[in-house]
Amino acid sequence: MTVYLPIAELSVNIFIILGMGAAVGFLSGMFGVGGGFLITPLLIFYNIPPVVAVATGANQVVASSISGAITHFRRGTLDMKLGSVLLVGGLAGATAGVWVFSWLRRIGQLDLFISVLYVVLLGSIGTLMLQESVRAMRRAKNNQPLPLKRPGQHNWVHRLPLKMRFKKSKIYLSAIPIVGLGFGIGVLTSIMGVGGGFIMVPAMIYLLRIPTNVVVGTSLFQIIFVTAYTTMVQAATNYSVDIVLASILMVAGVIGAQYGVRVGQKLRGEQLRALLALLVLAVGIRLAIGLIVTPDDVYSVAAGGMSY
Amino acid sequence: MRRLLQTILLLPFLVLGSPAAAQVPFGEASGAKEGLEIGASTSEIAITSDFRGADLTIFGALTNADELFLAIGQYDVVVTLEGPKDYATVRKKERVFGIWMNTEGMTFEQVPESYSLASTRMIDSIDEAPSLNNIGVGIDHLALNPVGYIPDSGMIGEFRDAYRRLKLTNGLYQRDTSGVRFVSSSLFRASLKLPANIPDGMHMVRAYLFKSGQLITQREMPLRVVKTGIEQAITDAAHDRPLAYGLLCVLIAVITGWGASIVFRKD
Repeated sequence: MTVYLPIAELSVNIFIILGMGAAVGFLSGMFGVGGGFLITPLLIFYNIPPVVAVATGANQVVASSISGAITHFRRGTLDMKLGSVLLVGGLAGATAGVWVFSWLRRIGQLDLFISVLYVVLLGSIGTLMLQESVRAMRRAKNNQPLPLKRPGQHNWVHRLPLKMRFKKSKIYLSAIPIVGLGFGIGVLTSIMGVGGGFIMVPAMIYLLRIPTNVVVGTSLFQIIFVTAYTTMVQAATNYSVDIVLASILMVAGVIGAQYGVRVGQKLRGEQLRALLALLVLAVGIRLAIGLIVTPDDVYSVAAGGMSY
Repeated sequence: MRRLLQTILLLPFLVLGSPAAAQVPFGEASGAKEGLEIGASTSEIAITSDFRGADLTIFGALTNADELFLAIGQYDVVVTLEGPKDYATVRKKERVFGIWMNTEGMTFEQVPESYSLASTRMIDSIDEAPSLNNIGVGIDHLALNPVGYIPDSGMIGEFRDAYRRLKLTNGLYQRDTSGVRFVSSSLFRASLKLPANIPDGMHMVRAYLFKSGQLITQREMPLRVVKTGIEQAITDAAHDRPLAYGLLCVLIAVITGWGASIVFRKD
């Protein structure tokens, strides 16, 4: 059964889109990630124009982050104040990102830029995660204890001015790196269509030394607003959010996520991370191949759009 | 009797298709100027979302046609359907540090987004290229003027060829060199192909009458292509009320996410 996507302007098989949404939802539930970094490349592989894939991916992340954020809010593992400071940076970053996005589209380099950014990010994060999880698996095999955490340790981040007190997180931290991190993630949201949790969570833990228990809930909180904002701005400037595509993905995604969570609870943490790392690397490699392989036609034509 | 003689004398020239034939004075037979009339069953085409392409039939008649010229097939008709015009940018990829990227681009001024042509025979055998270029009839003769100054004229030709090839490949440009048929001596029927991805908006049907390779008259008729159905309503909403549309997208996401957390709540 085919369904016509009015913004992407092509007919697709509804079951493939449902399957894609369910699979990514399953994985995002299993690994506790938003899934934007998987859905956007998958859509591109399925010939959805990258412009539409990115904007629709951001819309899909709104849905997949909400239920997680609600859970964390109920448990009290969400620092609203910290989330709001992150959000200030995030909204500014998303605005700048959409501006860069439109500019890249105008000069005809958007598709390339999206792919390169994905290859670089997925490649480096996948490699880091794989290394870390293999090390952890070796340790578990040899029954070595985990290296001791040193919570009191400070780095350059903690010497910055404009300090604020975050009661829920029990930290006293400069607003500068928080806004900066939010800004960077906001840019990625609008250019790549990701929530950015897979970068934000490690950065909050290792760089800002924010207690692990509030990190996931707080990052989800900011992701909801930044992706919602990005969806609005993309719809207003690039007209590239496909509501039909997004709805199919979202419904399949939230259902898939419920089953993913159950499977995820049965698997061990380091095995889970190794699997996710392999998946991330696979997507990155597939995109890299697309950049290197000689295209069918070196010419392309775009209606409208002025190029100079 | 005199006319018959003239025909016999003229025939070798006409069969050879020499342009000189057109200049042969024809006396009283070609006294009245030929006219052309066209008509379609509709001035508006509604396209539903499951549209897979169709044929549009245009009927036309020649008036004051010279019987003799008709009999020997010296009249040629070309009918085109031109879509709304817009800028079009052609880009070329090259390998840079192992990666394929767009390195060069050229934007053409106001070219039809779609173009469908039907003719009695190959248009290049009807008339010569320079005069076809002048009137802009035929895919190879459409005016493709680059925006801005391009110093390398070889590059312009290369990008024009690429543009035409890509448009023909994706079906937006079509030609059927036997699409116009005479159903009686002066009545013709033209079948134009509407591609599945035809753009909506104001299209223009144009009919050209050639006599011995010379354009003698032309007619045009507007044709509105309107897309209907829910898909078109969505596209319109996305472009006309982008903020409300974006808000709706976010709202659907919120409801889906929130709904799932209620439906699947364990406790």
